[in-house]
Amino acid sequence: MSDKYTPDTLTPELKAAVIDLLYRLADDSIVIGHRNSEWTGIGPILEEDIAFSSTAQDKMGHALAFYNLLHELGEPKPDDLAFLRDAKDFRCCSFVAMSHLPANAEGDVPELMNNPTRNRLIVHGDWSISLMRQFLFVEADVLRMHALESSTYQPLAAIARKIRGELKYHLMHAESMLRHLATGTDESRKRMQQALNSVYPHALGLFEPTQHDKTLANAGIAPGETHLRDEWIEHITPLLAGAGLRQPTDVEPVFGGRKGRHGDELVALLADMQKIYRMEPTGTW
Amino acid sequence: MVQPTRERLNDQPGDPGFEENLAKFEARVARGDKVEPGDWMPDAYRQQLIRLIHVHANSEICGALPEGTWIPHAPSLKRKMALVAKVQDEVGHGQLLYRAAETLGKSREEMIDELIEGKAKYSNVFHYPAETWADVCVIAWLIDAAAIVNQKMMAEGSYGPYARALKRICYEEAFHLTHGYDMCISMATGTKLQRDMLQDAVNRWWKPIMMFHGPSDKESKHTELLMRWRIKLKTNDAQRQEFLVKYLPKMFNLGLTVPAEWDLKFDEKTRTWTYNEPDWDEFVHVVRGNGPVSAQRLETRRLSHEHGRWVREALAAAASGRRVPMPN
Repeated sequence: MSDKYTPDTLTPELKAAVIDLLYRLADDSIVIGHRNSEWTGIGPILEEDIAFSSTAQDKMGHALAFYNLLHELGEPKPDDLAFLRDAKDFRCCSFVAMSHLPANAEGDVPELMNNPTRNRLIVHGDWSISLMRQFLFVEADVLRMHALESSTYQPLAAIARKIRGELKYHLMHAESMLRHLATGTDESRKRMQQALNSVYPHALGLFEPTQHDKTLANAGIAPGETHLRDEWIEHITPLLAGAGLRQPTDVEPVFGGRKGRHGDELVALLADMQKIYRMEPTGTW
Repeated sequence: MVQPTRERLNDQPGDPGFEENLAKFEARVARGDKVEPGDWMPDAYRQQLIRLIHVHANSEICGALPEGTWIPHAPSLKRKMALVAKVQDEVGHGQLLYRAAETLGKSREEMIDELIEGKAKYSNVFHYPAETWADVCVIAWLIDAAAIVNQKMMAEGSYGPYARALKRICYEEAFHLTHGYDMCISMATGTKLQRDMLQDAVNRWWKPIMMFHGPSDKESKHTELLMRWRIKLKTNDAQRQEFLVKYLPKMFNLGLTVPAEWDLKFDEKTRTWTYNEPDWDEFVHVVRGNGPVSAQRLETRRLSHEHGRWVREALAAAASGRRVPMPN
């Protein structure tokens, strides 16, 4: 446990585990950053539009930092990692890839001269899903970065310290919005409860165990996923109760993302994200 | 915000003391003093400023639409972050400007409602679609450049809250301009596909850009009064000329051309550009809501405003201390 690792001192087994960990961290960050930025310019109120965009931008920055660590370990350059891999190569959980649309969002969408995803978001999007996901994600993100600050993999510990500083604002924003929306009006309470029920099984997917968990934990590089999940549940339970929300129990977690098994939502998201880059993949945009 | 009653303001021609107050006001403004919200001002000054700031604020939040829709497609991590930051700044500018207009007695809610109902204008350029990624590059460079010419001038204007908001906006716009220029350089020095995309965008955007600063001085009905009250310090034509002189050479340096029908020529003697006058009837038609995507822009704003209502109501309830009871 007392060993400190750098890219040059990782054993092949540890290197494979660190690479897998970094893909999970990077892909979660870029995908939630992308999702949340879909609201930029069309948020429910100017102040919230700005706050939400700002957290989205930070998450994109975190993704870049993790992709850079991957590049240091011999993986392709950051932009190629984000824009040239297919869904099956992404290691994000399904939770971050979920759209902002409620399950029953059906019906025609008029041509509003935005991209089709945004047209659908404008017509069917539900901010309660976005905000609830953001709250559950940020709480997990903070706990994870806190644990990674003391990672024995030095480059990761340094990045985690920097990220945790930024996450203070994400946390303040998400917790106060959760409180306001869950207690504001009958309608907002109802929407937030519905959102919690619908996203919670996916949120548990943040902590999908991987074959590298034990290796990473034993080497002091990252906490085990199950341990993190327990810590997260212990942390969010009083916050949800304090906001008057009922936490779902006996929930079957949605797993698969960490193994590259994804639904249509990630495929569609990546099609949006990668379409221009792939027009000239070797060019400079 | 409640506007004081007309009787107490005496701010219209014929009101007691109006002429005397007007003379004092105009002397102050001519000295370069800033007018502050509580100060006496002619009602016409107040109304002109509300109109201008309202249009400016609307332009920021409508301007967020053509660019915002390209955020999901931004073709590198750096571009993606920069574009989110830029659109976020624009929404922030909208917020700042609505607040500046509120100091004159009109609420943000009322201004957004008027925008959605099609009763208030926004900049001509946002009535056009952003069809390709290169459009985002052209908007970020050339339209922001044109806007900076206007805003730098307005930032020296006589109304304190507007001038101060504009100072901050200009500071942020300078970053947008750098980001836009950098994007255009990448495209202009890129592959044939990228160069063609950029030139195509310039070709489509050049007309709205030539119209951006508003009708020619010969046709502009507000200019004289606005300049006397130092709301505006340069005419529309002077602003357009400033933009052309500064940016046409930069465009040519990147190998870009301007559609021939504008017949742009540099007059060495006057050091100005001559050009075929834009069709100002078309400009008026567009800004009245008849542009290529005017209806879609307003519908986008209307739907997002409507769908955000429950959030605004919940936040208002929370701010006033009202809470729904805790469940048992």
